[in-house]
Amino acid sequence: MTNTEPNNTQQAESSANRSLPIVENFTRRAVVKGGFATLGAAAFVAAVSPLRQAAKSTTAVEFMQQHYTELSPEQKADVIARLEAETKEKYGADVTIADDRPIPGTKFVYAINLSVCNGNGKCVEACHKENNHDRSTNQSYIRVIEMPKGTMDMEKGSTTYSGIVPKDDKFYLPVQCQQCDEPPCVEVCPVKATWKEEDGIVVVDYNWCIGCRYCEAACPYHARRFNWKQPEVPSEELNPDQSYLSNRVRPVGVVEKCTYCLHRTRRGKLPACLEACPTGARVFGNILDKNSNIRWILENKRVYILKEELGTKPAFFYYFD
Amino acid sequence: MPRIASLFFAVLLCLFASMALAVLWQSVNSADAHASRVAEAHMSQASANWKEAHPVIIRKPSGPPRIELAGTDPQGRTASVACSTCHSVRQANLENKAAATLDEFHQGMTFNHGNITCYACHNPNESDALRLADGSSVAYENVMTLCSQCHSKQADSFAHGAHGGMNGHWDLSRGPQMKNNCIDCHDPHVPKYPKMIVGFKPKDRFNEPSNSEHQQEGTAAHDKH
Repeated sequence: MTNTEPNNTQQAESSANRSLPIVENFTRRAVVKGGFATLGAAAFVAAVSPLRQAAKSTTAVEFMQQHYTELSPEQKADVIARLEAETKEKYGADVTIADDRPIPGTKFVYAINLSVCNGNGKCVEACHKENNHDRSTNQSYIRVIEMPKGTMDMEKGSTTYSGIVPKDDKFYLPVQCQQCDEPPCVEVCPVKATWKEEDGIVVVDYNWCIGCRYCEAACPYHARRFNWKQPEVPSEELNPDQSYLSNRVRPVGVVEKCTYCLHRTRRGKLPACLEACPTGARVFGNILDKNSNIRWILENKRVYILKEELGTKPAFFYYFD
Repeated sequence: MPRIASLFFAVLLCLFASMALAVLWQSVNSADAHASRVAEAHMSQASANWKEAHPVIIRKPSGPPRIELAGTDPQGRTASVACSTCHSVRQANLENKAAATLDEFHQGMTFNHGNITCYACHNPNESDALRLADGSSVAYENVMTLCSQCHSKQADSFAHGAHGGMNGHWDLSRGPQMKNNCIDCHDPHVPKYPKMIVGFKPKDRFNEPSNSEHQQEGTAAHDKH
């Protein structure tokens, strides 16, 4: 008896195994598998859809373009011709994109007279127009901050003031890229799409930028801007006088910044914001020239450096009468 | 004893080595300084050349003002006259300071330029010109000479580009630079720079001041608790 009992149980088990609804079980697993596979595929498609869109808006040539500093003169000419044609196609305007290089023996420095600046914002507007910023967002490289008197902490100010200026208990602090000698924004760029040139201007290769916005976060002056959308500029308002590293129309999804109007200043002209200033608060020049205005100001006026304690060594100074 | 001797020798060696290094360092530095001096000299020479290439043009006022006459002639034309048309035959009131004390003309004008008389700047002897502090005549075109007598600090800043607007070129080897004169921005009778109205604003919420209503609601809610 003791021998037969286990046999019986084995038989019972095997019969139970045979009667298990194996087929149904398989179907259930397949359904679950299939379901997850479908979900996975959908997620994959959703994940790569920006790539598909990018492929639509990016030509193979553009995708294969080298870093600006590695382009040969012929390649540069090709790139510029392509960009000019693209601008013509997208904006319907004939533009010239130059490749302005630093003038040997120059180091550009800016100074603003805070005793005179009255916050009227003409510089902001001039920058907006000169640099082909998106019209709908009124984008500009300059922010004028209305500050309570008695502090230089720019976080205490506001940019949303309006009406009659200057207000008696306020002063006005225009802030734009300070073209630092120790630029934190350049340090953090993971792809070296931004760098400092010999004349002190920190530039961005818009075609190399991946839009990670690290630089925007690193800048203590909040000087960098991100192109959330393709800039919209009417063709008749487009400034046709452009430069590759400066005011050419930027693609969507890249970071941009003030370049001291290098398409003007590297041709000897004054920056657009300076020419627009009705109060004469802005001074621009070459600090290596001993007789320059900027040298006289640094030697004779009370000069202030914004967030000097951070050690960014700005090429931008504020002064008082 | 020999150990101390070798130690002594080592110290001596170190001393000589450091002296040699110091001398070397100094010579390198002086070479650097010399190079930078040469560069600077070259620079200033270059900038001197730049200054010659293109001028800094200071915009000048167009000349003595003309007074528009009230009313028109039968053909409907207006006319303007020079200051001297009236002032050459009228007695100058050297004491006058304000529009209110004038008996006939210029009564609508406002003056807010320190506590000076009209004839501190206008010339009583030559009404189509201005007058310097020493009594000599200066043309309206050269008004900056007049202003600079009192506002020498501003004139000094102006001469170095630190006062007054400009446009054109920073690099005079490539083009000229145009600068405003005093009265382009400052009305000589009310020289304080006028208030302005902010026009263009980026749609930028950087440090937007918190809404005062919201703050009040917040405090009210806080009080209830």
